[in-house]
Amino acid sequence: MADNRADNIFEVSDLRVDVADMTRKPLFGPAPRLEILKGISFTIPRGAVLGIVGGSGSGKTTLGRTMVRLAEPSGGRMLFDGHDIAHLSDAAMRPLRPRIQMIFQDPLSSLNPRLTVGRTVAAPLNARANDPRVGEALEHVGLPANFARRYPHELSGGQRQRVGIARAIAMRPEFILADEIVSGLDVSSQAQVLMLLEKLVAELGLTLAFISHDLSVIRRLCSRVIVLRSGEIVEDAATVDLFERPQHAYTRELLDAIPTPDPSVRW
Amino acid sequence: MLDGRGSIRRRSGARLWLSAAWLTVFVLAALLAPLISPHDPLAQDLMLGRLPPAWIAGAEPGYWLGTDSLGRDVLSRIIHGARIALVVALIAGTATCLLGSVLGLVAGFYRGWADRLISRLVDIWMAFPPVLFAILLIAVLGTGLTSVILAIVIIDWTRFCRVVRAETLNQSKMDYVHSAKVAGFTRLRTLATEILPNVLPTIIALLTLEMGIAVIVEAILSFVNLSISTDQPTWGGMIAEGRTSIHQAWWVLVFPLIALFLTVLSFAQFGDGLRERFDPVLR
Repeated sequence: MADNRADNIFEVSDLRVDVADMTRKPLFGPAPRLEILKGISFTIPRGAVLGIVGGSGSGKTTLGRTMVRLAEPSGGRMLFDGHDIAHLSDAAMRPLRPRIQMIFQDPLSSLNPRLTVGRTVAAPLNARANDPRVGEALEHVGLPANFARRYPHELSGGQRQRVGIARAIAMRPEFILADEIVSGLDVSSQAQVLMLLEKLVAELGLTLAFISHDLSVIRRLCSRVIVLRSGEIVEDAATVDLFERPQHAYTRELLDAIPTPDPSVRW
Repeated sequence: MLDGRGSIRRRSGARLWLSAAWLTVFVLAALLAPLISPHDPLAQDLMLGRLPPAWIAGAEPGYWLGTDSLGRDVLSRIIHGARIALVVALIAGTATCLLGSVLGLVAGFYRGWADRLISRLVDIWMAFPPVLFAILLIAVLGTGLTSVILAIVIIDWTRFCRVVRAETLNQSKMDYVHSAKVAGFTRLRTLATEILPNVLPTIIALLTLEMGIAVIVEAILSFVNLSISTDQPTWGGMIAEGRTSIHQAWWVLVFPLIALFLTVLSFAQFGDGLRERFDPVLR
């Protein structure tokens, strides 16, 4: 790593996101604002794998979309490698885009149904589908090179998610956000995709933020976990500590929700 | 993951080929009209007036589909009428498609003031009764082929605009559009390389439908005598003339009507057939 790079790939402080609450909009006048994220602060060191957990409506997906700037925060700072990207315009954000990638929850909707896998992976590289980097990326995620000619609907769920991963890593990004990427898959594909992600983190030196509602998935992959509830961080701890000594009642609740082979044994 | 698209059966075969066959006949007839039509479509011979088609008693050899009240050969007039129909279908259909689709894509993708402006325009446009609107336009523009084409474009672009806008709105919500943004695509590139391929099947189906509609509109305008000058045979004009003598010579009305019907039907079926055959998602 070059010396002029920041140690922390992400430094988020007091991040706030609000949206118009249309359910309480008066007949005339603007709708009241509804806070989704209420001042969130955390850092992601280079090379770390951060887990972001929380139940439905906790704001974890909003946080992810804000970090990759699919949404704009209403307040706070968000430093990516030292640049504040919280309020950058689309055009100003574009040069940084190749360094920040995202893997989406629904692999079917996130792959263009009318483009072949090869074109999907090649497009962000501004390359053709037969570019060697495409084959290389597919190989990295364990798909044969001839998958480049297939269409997304011809693949299984696990294979589609691998294509999503291939597209993200083909850009050689510094940071990848993975938003619930295994929640749509069956258990065996889940395990395969997680193993793949573990391998890629080690091989490519990726920094990863992994959003999930499932702590058992987080435990496998992440070195550090933040627990979100109603737009606030209730716990921010190393994974080992979190599982051994959960500090917050909500964390314990999430831990209890993990199905175990023997219900009488706690994690 | 539930995905039923793979199980949709392909049944494009027969209708794609049948419609393609009729359209080929139609295009060839239009292109080769002077060579293949048995008679001059304008030559009148009152001695040969209202001859019935070849298989009915009293027919004259060489006049396969009979003659009209002025003794003009119906078959030759249908073949020459195909030329106008073809020009109108291709030019008016394509121009309507381009105008409406571009506005629909812009409105659906960029939203904001562009969408408000275009959508209100469509609403206002669609409040006019189309046939009256066409007659009004021709009255202002004057008769002639260019005016007919212009009138079709001016009236029918809303058909494309509304459907394409709705489809673009749908597609814009998909994650692959967000994914394009994360990949650093410009807005225009996202529209052209990600959304357009997904809206294109709809546009093509609409385009072939519109080509059929253009032929009908031209026939309607000919029927009310507002299309092309009477010395050029058109299907609509023939139907209008045939109407006056329907009890004495039904063939003057029926044969151009059949040609019109088959052409319009074939355009629509051809579009659907193409879509089923070449869309990678349905394939």
